Amino acid sequence: MSVQASAGVPVAGRGTDGETEPARKQPGKKVMTERGRAERKLGLMLVAPAAIVMLAVTAYPILYAVYLSLQRSDLRFPDDTEFVGLSNYVSILGSSRWWTDLWHTVALTGITVVIELVLGMLLALVMHRALFGRGLVRTTALIPYGIVTVVAAFAWRLAFSGAEGGFVPVALGLDDDPLNSTTGIWITAILAEVWKTTPFMALLLLAGLALVSDELHEAAKVDGATGWQRFWKITIPLMKPAILVALLFRTLDAFRIFDTVFILSNSGVNRSVETVSVLSYNTLLTRLNLGLGSALSVLVFICVGIIAAVFIRLLGKDTIASGTGGK
Amino acid sequence: MLRVIAGSLTAALAALALSACGSDENSGAGPVTINMWAGTQPGGSFQQAAKDCSDASNGAFRIQFNALANNPDAQRQALVRRLAAKDDSIDIVGMDVVWTSEFAEAGWIEAFPEEIASRVTEGMLEGPVQTATYEDRLYGAPGNSNTQLLWYRKDLVDGDPARTWSGLIKQASELEEGGRLEIAGAAAENTTVWFNALVESGGGSILKGPREPNFDEPVQEAVRIIGELATSRAADPSLAQQKEDQNRLAFQSGQAAFMVNWPFVYPSIKGAAEDGDATAKKVLDNLGWLPYPQVTEDREAKGPIGGFNWGVSSYSKNPDEAFDAAACLASEKSQKTYLELDGVAPTISSIYEDEATKEIYPFASLIREGLEKGGPRPATPAYSDVSLAIYSTLSPPVNASKPNAIEELRKNLDKALSADGVL
Repeated sequence: MSVQASAGVPVAGRGTDGETEPARKQPGKKVMTERGRAERKLGLMLVAPAAIVMLAVTAYPILYAVYLSLQRSDLRFPDDTEFVGLSNYVSILGSSRWWTDLWHTVALTGITVVIELVLGMLLALVMHRALFGRGLVRTTALIPYGIVTVVAAFAWRLAFSGAEGGFVPVALGLDDDPLNSTTGIWITAILAEVWKTTPFMALLLLAGLALVSDELHEAAKVDGATGWQRFWKITIPLMKPAILVALLFRTLDAFRIFDTVFILSNSGVNRSVETVSVLSYNTLLTRLNLGLGSALSVLVFICVGIIAAVFIRLLGKDTIASGTGGK
Repeated sequence: MLRVIAGSLTAALAALALSACGSDENSGAGPVTINMWAGTQPGGSFQQAAKDCSDASNGAFRIQFNALANNPDAQRQALVRRLAAKDDSIDIVGMDVVWTSEFAEAGWIEAFPEEIASRVTEGMLEGPVQTATYEDRLYGAPGNSNTQLLWYRKDLVDGDPARTWSGLIKQASELEEGGRLEIAGAAAENTTVWFNALVESGGGSILKGPREPNFDEPVQEAVRIIGELATSRAADPSLAQQKEDQNRLAFQSGQAAFMVNWPFVYPSIKGAAEDGDATAKKVLDNLGWLPYPQVTEDREAKGPIGGFNWGVSSYSKNPDEAFDAAACLASEKSQKTYLELDGVAPTISSIYEDEATKEIYPFASLIREGLEKGGPRPATPAYSDVSLAIYSTLSPPVNASKPNAIEELRKNLDKALSADGVL
């Protein structure tokens, strides 16, 4: 185990394709037997229901949203529906509201994910190293994640809202309602998000920590490495795939943030923290403007796609590298 | 293997089909079920009226009450989603007064037949009937109405309260205790209600036609007043977050000497006082009320008109029974139930003369006068966009004091009226 793991790091920089390519192609080149074909057919049939369901519940709505986004389509004026090409996108990208909300979303995502990563790592280390009561520590740490987001958001709102008699403004002696001011609602939203999802981050990182063997640490200790050095030179590099996966999940989730912001802003009333998801929700469901709202949703979808692509690229390199090292 | 899978799939589909058939309620004889969808009233008056009307129909129909959320925006979203999908399980919709044009233009609700319309509106106040009318046809039976009043504390205010907004703001700013004027300034319908009442009271209107905004003197004056309050000492620190109930709470806990709000505050404060809240008791004992504040000294105010109208869905399977049921839900008996259980104001003039009404609403005559003179919000199918444009420009209310406020309002109203552009 220790040999495999330690080999993974130095090999990372070397050309990996040369080693993996032949191994990958082999199964494809096999001549298929009668039985193999039958099994393959059965396999396809077995996945077919799942594939059909997936197409019906994901591909169809996505394609339909793209179609709607190219229309002038408003539920209130069904007779005015017509194809307008990209004009909805032009109208959105030319509006300051979209860019403000996109900025809110990116800032909220960036700030919360970074804080969550640091706190999540600390929490994971605590959970990993806990000598006694490990089960209790892990369970306690996970409680916030088990609470429904809307409920958690309401709890934060009721605690911080001056207008609704929350205890926080009273305890801090604030004259102004924190949820009324831009700074206040941002701090509350960040706190609520971090509190809610740090356990998830910690859980994913804990899985990564389990990959780092104690022998490596002991060997480094013998060589005179300090705890800090061991953390940065052994734990972090070996955990890199786990960290990337955790970041990927959290960033995607955080970018689509809706519940916390919607509830804290009093159903979208305080727009100083409005995110793109809230904007598209309001355009679709309050204004009933299907064309514009769908275009907004597609833009959010594209943003999420870009984030996923960037991470998967980073992740792909990394897993291939460590995977080859192991062989 | 394949046969097994296909077999189980078929079985599953058959089960689905069977259960779908089983849920059809109206298959038998007997009274027709009329599904009524409305926000819940805390006193349960809608359920009570539904039951009374069912009993009075001699077995023609049975009204089934389906509760929507208690926030009007959520109610509208829920209704609109279903109506746009032509859901035939909706017969009667409880509509906020501002939805009439939108629902009628989209074809979601039917106009009342002449005969029922004239029966429903007989003896009704003009303001509420206007809110249910679109292109000269009645699209809703006015179920209840509402207007705002000025509420004040006799123990905190020396002499009479000022009659105008500017006067009140000045008067409140100078008070040592309770120096606030409570009004809902959150970025929601309440801000549109406020702005519209200011424009109407100044002798103007927000829209010239269904698709054309107005930017004359009254509109500018309305923006100025909102900005004046927001930047004065009389503004609640939470102004930009407050909806009507938060105003009521602040007033009830003694923080303000003035409040402009709907009459629901009276039963609420009374209830709190009866439950032993000493501050609420003090507020109740010193509570005074006056008509909606004026914009100028010489022009009578036109307060906002709220309330609910009962519309009949275009997709109803039993429109005849639904119209009868809607008429019954707006009848004198039903309106008395709403007033008794939930303290909402009737749309029928004669109810205001009853001793019982004066008991519940000591200020009943002010409400009736307010409803006769009130200024309804603009009737346009793009109302929700117009309202969004107004409240996202003028809330936080301090926005109204910025030099570019009118320009922003113009830009956003143009987008709203063309139902285009991100707001």
